[in-house]
Amino acid sequence: MRKLLVIAAAVALAGVAAGCGEKSSVTVYKQGQYQGKPDTRPWDNDQFKGDKAAWERAVKSRSLGQNEYVRVSGG
Amino acid sequence: MARMKFLADAERCIECNGCVTACKQEHEIPWGVNRRRVVTLNDGVPGEKSISVACMHCSDAPCMAVCPVDCFYKTSEGVVLHDKDLCIGCGYCFYACPFGAPQFPQDGAFGLRGKMDKCTFCAGGPEADFSAAEFKKYGRNRLAEGKLPACAEMCSTKALLGGDADVIADIYRNRVLKRGKGAEVWGWGTAYGKPEKQPPVQPGAKS
Repeated sequence: MRKLLVIAAAVALAGVAAGCGEKSSVTVYKQGQYQGKPDTRPWDNDQFKGDKAAWERAVKSRSLGQNEYVRVSGG
Repeated sequence: MARMKFLADAERCIECNGCVTACKQEHEIPWGVNRRRVVTLNDGVPGEKSISVACMHCSDAPCMAVCPVDCFYKTSEGVVLHDKDLCIGCGYCFYACPFGAPQFPQDGAFGLRGKMDKCTFCAGGPEADFSAAEFKKYGRNRLAEGKLPACAEMCSTKALLGGDADVIADIYRNRVLKRGKGAEVWGWGTAYGKPEKQPPVQPGAKS
């Protein structure tokens, strides 16, 4: 009888203690890493031959060309 | 070089859809896929406003965050691109995107949803620059040619600006100062405001 009581107490204790082992349910998202093929940079080609400054100049002149206030009236 | 961005000026857009046509023509986009669209608010009502919408190449892109196969990447110029060889066409990016930018070709049998297609800022994709594979999957790589996106360069009223964020923000700020209108738009102060250059807000002016 005493043995049975000890077993029952052990099972009850295990059941009560299980509640204390609850893990945090807040998910922490991990930022994924790109899994695809690597891409080249826009200036790494036959046209610019790796000259980043030349590419930036080309793009900037095109960007500034969108400002018609400068194009038309010089101001 | 900072980040590449688009900027749509609702005061100038005349809903000509020239940007949409330029994009379709430049990249030979199939029927049913619209990398760029013109959205009109209060259509038919005097004072209606239109803006051209495509992938905005977000600084913290939600499509990149939700992609289960991690096929998105951001270039050093801030352009959000993806690898079509990896894409499984699940559509999560479409649900995550606040602009409806991801497009899915549906020309196959049984309502097949193909691999995602979206605006590349005319920067191609992860294939060799100017290769046939790059053109077939992602369209023309104008950025590697030292050019800006076709939609922005084609825009007749220059309502759609594209390029380095700092440069186009300066163009837009200058434009607003010249016309004395537009600074009342929500977010102006955060995005483009320079306190010493703020134009006076005219009472009763519409945005």
